[in-house]
Amino acid sequence: MTELSGWGRYPRHPSETLTPPSPKALSSLMASRTGLVARGNGRAYGDAAIGERVTLVARGLDRIRAFDPATGRIQVEAGVLLSDLLDTMVPKGFFPPVVPGTKLVTIGGMIASDIHGKNHHRDGGFGDHVESLTLALPDGSIIICSRDENSELLLATIGGMGLTGTILDATFRLRPIETGWMRQTTTVARNLDGAIHALQATSRATYSVAWIDCLARGASMGRSLVFAAEHATHRDLEALQPGGEPYPSSKLGRLGVPLDLPSFTLNRLSVSAFNELYFRAGAVKSGYPFLVHWNPYFFPLDGIGNWNRIYGRRGFLQYQCVIPTAQAQAVLGGILERISKHGNASFLAVLKQLGQSHGDLSFPLEGFTLTLDLPVSDDVFPLLDELDRMVVEAGGRLYLAKDARQSPATFEAGYPGLPRFRDLRRAIGATGRISSRLSARLGI
Amino acid sequence: MEHSKTLLLVGGTSDIGRATALHYAQAGWQVQLAARNEEDARRNADDIRSRTGAEVTVHRIDILETGAFESFVDTLSTLPDTVVCVVGELGDQARGQSDISHASLVLRTNFEGPALLLGLLAERFLARGSGTLVGVSSVAGDRGRGSNYLYGAAKAGFTAFLSGLRNRLAPKGLRVVTVKPGFVRTQMTAGMKLPPVLTAEPCEVGRAIFTAAEKSGRDVIYVRPIWRPVMMVIGTIPERFFKRLRL
Repeated sequence: MTELSGWGRYPRHPSETLTPPSPKALSSLMASRTGLVARGNGRAYGDAAIGERVTLVARGLDRIRAFDPATGRIQVEAGVLLSDLLDTMVPKGFFPPVVPGTKLVTIGGMIASDIHGKNHHRDGGFGDHVESLTLALPDGSIIICSRDENSELLLATIGGMGLTGTILDATFRLRPIETGWMRQTTTVARNLDGAIHALQATSRATYSVAWIDCLARGASMGRSLVFAAEHATHRDLEALQPGGEPYPSSKLGRLGVPLDLPSFTLNRLSVSAFNELYFRAGAVKSGYPFLVHWNPYFFPLDGIGNWNRIYGRRGFLQYQCVIPTAQAQAVLGGILERISKHGNASFLAVLKQLGQSHGDLSFPLEGFTLTLDLPVSDDVFPLLDELDRMVVEAGGRLYLAKDARQSPATFEAGYPGLPRFRDLRRAIGATGRISSRLSARLGI
Repeated sequence: MEHSKTLLLVGGTSDIGRATALHYAQAGWQVQLAARNEEDARRNADDIRSRTGAEVTVHRIDILETGAFESFVDTLSTLPDTVVCVVGELGDQARGQSDISHASLVLRTNFEGPALLLGLLAERFLARGSGTLVGVSSVAGDRGRGSNYLYGAAKAGFTAFLSGLRNRLAPKGLRVVTVKPGFVRTQMTAGMKLPPVLTAEPCEVGRAIFTAAEKSGRDVIYVRPIWRPVMMVIGTIPERFFKRLRL
């Protein structure tokens, strides 16, 4: 028995932890155990990757099985880390179709959470790019799911939090890139209204995201930096950095880190000073495009190992909701206001525009998603319950990969695909056999 | 362009074997991956091919079936330029003390099989007039310890075999390299508590093997240099004290 937690270090549960070395070994464990769920690199924040009794760590499934440089099509085992894929494929001129905010996740985890990136408004979630996957069912049998074959099971598995079986491998296409640089443009938004408009205005950009200074209040509440970016072409590189290396090493790229979080104790004063500096530094760069390495553009926090520990021993909650476009401004404004009134507030928040999604339990819907970090404390739970009510009322929902505490009622209200998902779980014999702390808590 | 060289990696399903083969493939070598379990070897072959574009083939070998070694070598489409043998089996010392068949398995897997196979390849390399032989032995072979002397004795035998082979082949211009990895984080050591300073990652071992065999020309390497003084100290402890230590 080991005590397991997600990236937020809350909650913690004991679980037997097994690390099978091959897909075959993993599927035979599926047949002989119950109350289990697969775990990748443990970057889901809450209790999604903690088995009720057994947790199958898929990190031994770390082989790339096939790659065709002519088409970019790649087949990888589920435990391959995104960071490994990037290090291997970027120098060859290929980039994953969608990446989340950390590269320290497995491909299996990316599919199970149907992760979205800064290009969701244009390219959909990672799951939308999965052509096929191999799934180990609860009885250990192995089937292929694609758009033509077992497509219902494919759409349940994309975003299905590992609850339909364990993903063994997946096939998708990488996109060709000309350089490892991003051509970034920063825009300053004076408040939330401005940020939402700026994101809508940059929706033709491949990637866009807004970082909100949560400590700005009153008229400047929601003050943000909006980062839009494209993969830089040879021409961009020639224009902005003549003679530059097309595929710079990650170390070189570190020079262009757009963000460094403080490692000192977080308090209102220090954070406020940091945000002020950060905001000004970003604002100075605004208005004209510049080149930044792919690593700090997409994964600014990965450079700081174990940043989850800065919130102290009790851990933290990441609250991520999505609100449909029409209500986004009013509801997100209300959420920011309540957060800033709360003493122990999140100091940075991320705002993104999302499009539709297609998995039964996929998170994205057309609207705006806001992400906040809050240290665990006794009074944070009632605050978040209050935010939940606002989200549900607006027809929004919470992201399961981040969730550690929402109620079954909040969950059911947000996910209309749930009854179908439950039926499918029953049909394939997953109910009771495949169960995580999250599925038990939410009654999935 | 120069005709690309070929590596024969024996023990292609182990973590060290995988990492070493990948390192060679990244340097432009073709790879022959030999292992007992072809399905697992194919996973590694696919992985190396996908990552590097190198030509990787899979060959079945059981290190205990010494009678099949000649036909194994004969069926290779190309006689390799370098062979690296990473085969090893830690076994269970306590079990081997009372179970002769288990003790025999440990001795044969770590000594007899690897030595006979490299010996056979050495003759083929001699006939051709070129080739490099790399044997992965162990620091456990430097001095017998109560907790693993079956494994250690087999590795000591392998180390002596490699040393003798090197002595014989050196005048003919053929190289023999002995590798002592020390602790490595692999499936074999999963779950053991290992001191971080003394513990290498498989990719470090792969890099060290490639450097010693193809670049630096060193004969005997410890993957992490700190092992050399550590083993020197262990080697100099007088036997009358050593025998009372719990090691």
